[in-house]
Amino acid sequence: MLEPLNPLWSLGGGLLIGLSAAGYLLMNGRIAGISGLAAAALGLTKGSSRRLGLGFIAGLLGGSALAMAFVRRPEFEITTSVPLLIVGGLLVGFGTRWGSGCTSGHGVCGLARLSPRSLAATGIFMGVAALTVFITRHLMGGPG
Amino acid sequence: MSRLVVAIVCGLLFGAGLVLSDMVNPARVLAFLDVAGAWDPSLALVMVGALIPSSVAYLLRRRMDAPVAETAFAVPETRRIDRALVGGAILFGLGWGLVGLCPGPALAALVTGLWPALVFVAAMLAGMILFRVTLDRSA
Repeated sequence: MLEPLNPLWSLGGGLLIGLSAAGYLLMNGRIAGISGLAAAALGLTKGSSRRLGLGFIAGLLGGSALAMAFVRRPEFEITTSVPLLIVGGLLVGFGTRWGSGCTSGHGVCGLARLSPRSLAATGIFMGVAALTVFITRHLMGGPG
Repeated sequence: MSRLVVAIVCGLLFGAGLVLSDMVNPARVLAFLDVAGAWDPSLALVMVGALIPSSVAYLLRRRMDAPVAETAFAVPETRRIDRALVGGAILFGLGWGLVGLCPGPALAALVTGLWPALVFVAAMLAGMILFRVTLDRSA
């Protein structure tokens, strides 16, 4: 069962994510969008540097490891079946590239700069995700 | 400061933020998306926290001719809401709602070493490659 989380963890963690996005914009002039950076790290993008994508993703893994080791051991509760994990992963990978962004690029960075494209994308993926959860949990009775 | 150092430091902050806010936990994210169930507001608070520094940065950017470590800003200026944006957001929302992981938290969750995170990330990267060889017209 999921315990309620002290809102200071949420706000504090969010601030770090926002500082990351702010720093990446003001220093490197780019949007800190994880789907784009991951694709760049894989060498799948034309315009962005593979080296910077790899650096950012390596930093993300390192920061996550440090926080897990020294600050907060996170729970990782997942009940999704393997076929659904694979389908979900494919949809997230394909969809974020086709739609040019995910929760960080469209959500954090796009909303901060009031981009109409990002406002639309964030509304759509949040709405579709909430609808998906409603259907799987309340109409079909739990994730497969 | 070199652009690579900036990327690594920003990555460190981002990864730590995802762990501290428990966004690496799919149950936490699904509880936010489950508006008809035992709703958990955490994700909204994370967004509020993140939007404070990022909004300030995007305001500061207007007063700057160029970023500090790079010659020019590379922020997309397109305003058109096209089929790709809508189609991509729908597919992404569907996958996100099925599992509770989006790209950042999925990568950060790799550090737990737990196999569902590995399976999801492998499929996610495969999905990115699949897009590159099918619909991607950028290259």
